[in-house]
Amino acid sequence: MALLEVKDLDVGFDTPEGEVHAVNQLNFSIEAGDTLALVGESGSGKTQSVMAILGLLAENGHMSGQALFKGKDLLQMSSSELNRHRGSEIAMIFQDPVTSLNPYLRLDKQMTEVLVQHRGLSKADARAKAVEMLRAVHIPDPARIIRQYPHELSGGMRQKVMVAMGLLGEPELLIADEPTAALDVTVQVEVTHLMSALRETTNAAIILISHDLGIVAGICDRVLVMYAGEAVECGSVDQIYYDPKHPYTQGLLNSVPRLDQPDDMELEAIPGNPPNLLNLPVGCKFRDRCPKAFDACTEKPPMQLDEDRHAYRCFLGDTA
Amino acid sequence: MNDRVMRVQDLSVHFKLREGGLLSAKTHTIKAVDGVSFDLDAGETLGIVGESGCGKSTLARALLALIKPNRGRVVWLGEDLNKLDEEDLRKKRQDMQIVFQDPLAALNPRMTVRDIIAEPLWTFYPKMARVQVDERVRGVMKMVGLLPNQINRYPHEFSAGQCQRIGIARALVLNPKLVICDEPVSALDVSIQAQIVNLLKDLQGKLNLSLVFIAHDLSVVKHISDRVMVMYLGRAMELSSRDRLYRQPLHPYTSALIKAVPVPDPKLARAASDTGLTGDMPSPLNPPAGCVFHSRCPYLIERCQVEVPALRRMECGDWVACHRAEELDFTIGKSG
Repeated sequence: MALLEVKDLDVGFDTPEGEVHAVNQLNFSIEAGDTLALVGESGSGKTQSVMAILGLLAENGHMSGQALFKGKDLLQMSSSELNRHRGSEIAMIFQDPVTSLNPYLRLDKQMTEVLVQHRGLSKADARAKAVEMLRAVHIPDPARIIRQYPHELSGGMRQKVMVAMGLLGEPELLIADEPTAALDVTVQVEVTHLMSALRETTNAAIILISHDLGIVAGICDRVLVMYAGEAVECGSVDQIYYDPKHPYTQGLLNSVPRLDQPDDMELEAIPGNPPNLLNLPVGCKFRDRCPKAFDACTEKPPMQLDEDRHAYRCFLGDTA
Repeated sequence: MNDRVMRVQDLSVHFKLREGGLLSAKTHTIKAVDGVSFDLDAGETLGIVGESGCGKSTLARALLALIKPNRGRVVWLGEDLNKLDEEDLRKKRQDMQIVFQDPLAALNPRMTVRDIIAEPLWTFYPKMARVQVDERVRGVMKMVGLLPNQINRYPHEFSAGQCQRIGIARALVLNPKLVICDEPVSALDVSIQAQIVNLLKDLQGKLNLSLVFIAHDLSVVKHISDRVMVMYLGRAMELSSRDRLYRQPLHPYTSALIKAVPVPDPKLARAASDTGLTGDMPSPLNPPAGCVFHSRCPYLIERCQVEVPALRRMECGDWVACHRAEELDFTIGKSG
């Protein structure tokens, strides 16, 4: 049984301008010890799909479908039931470490809460464990740092604290939403390496949300590419990078600036802009920007699955 | 001889910061930009790369004389910008424009695209006829890939990438000689980033613009720069031709930045080595003595802790600020 299985997830928001279709019929699953990347540009629905799973949608949001965590549907749980899983079995690292740490509390208070609440540890034990975890994420002098307030730390340190907090409850599922986007490039590398090292010791499953195909390549097993709220391609990391089937995935890969390309090469951009979620095109949502679009694309392409668990939503399939 | 448009000499911008109570107040000095020098030719692109806090945005503002330097000069077409009176400086600014990082925040939400793009025209040519203004605005809109019939729309009706095109159109409307782009693509999605980089490169060729392109990551500037300057804590670490910098960087920090660029290729990415750097960038309030980079440098020797390395010209013609530049070899593809 998969650790988490998401079935037919729909997420929408009621806004004064009409209904925003953020996530549309999303399906994926993840096993213990695996790392799955949700990749897509802003507005593709990657963050909202995990927010829905964790019961963290904004008030004007609604959802349907199933999210089976060890067989139990998270979407049907009351918030007190969810609280038993969130923070302990399922942990989340948010994108922005500045807004997700409480500025009024010292780190020890914020970090030990999960251990005292969920694991019933004494404050002293919890604190010792928190210090140990800070050391594990390469924070120098953790016993001193843990007495500090978030504003006293640099951005890189704060994000490492977030990673440490996420791992502190020894979750079975860690969801990391752009954990390195706010960091400087040299610190990014360190934080991603840290996450994959810690996965190896705890066998946690990781869902990594990212817009950066470079970061994903190094640490993920499987990749799910999203566009305008839909999964457009899903496969192993090698399938996605070496044999992408969907023209959007191909375009995304080509538009990443790489150091190993000839200097004067023009970057291949995807023409146009992502569609407005208030008013999605019928048929294939990528049609307007797709260099290979043809008549059939006015119908919505079904997800095709080949024998190696490589799925893609495009009529062209192998010939794309 | 090349057609030099700008010469920057020993430029330093220091900020004073007061800290503490009334009686125990201490003044700290932040050396946001410290002793930076370079030349810029007509039609040339200089990439400036560094992590947050390295002083790249302060440098951009000092180049446009929006901030007064504490030391050094910015010479624009033979004239020291900071010696000009206000009126002369204003006139010079026609030739020098800036494109900002956050395209939405840089545009006034209550102004139409016409008004946003035309504002510089009205400032410098208040007597220009409306028909002429409109014609010019439509012209630059077309140039940056916007539809001229969108001239009456407001910024919120555009996507982030289109807003950045509006920002570029505004920068180009006066036919400047120099455009400074301060992280023009870092707020954009990857597929849109490539559009904007290609657009800037294309416009530069057509208009013979000099570009200063600021970024926090070496991969973005590679495709557009002729030369690249790498900054760290306010100082230039290396200033090299693009061809050299990406093949054989001279400074250990440049080498680390190159290694830090994630490769979208699983096999290469799994095999990638660490940057070799330890820790975070030190606080600019309290920079390390000697070489500012020494606290994170894997090649540190005693001399680095006491003596500030000057930016010096190597035999190859490129510039580096490292005591050990001659003995270290960072050729890409070689291990170590």
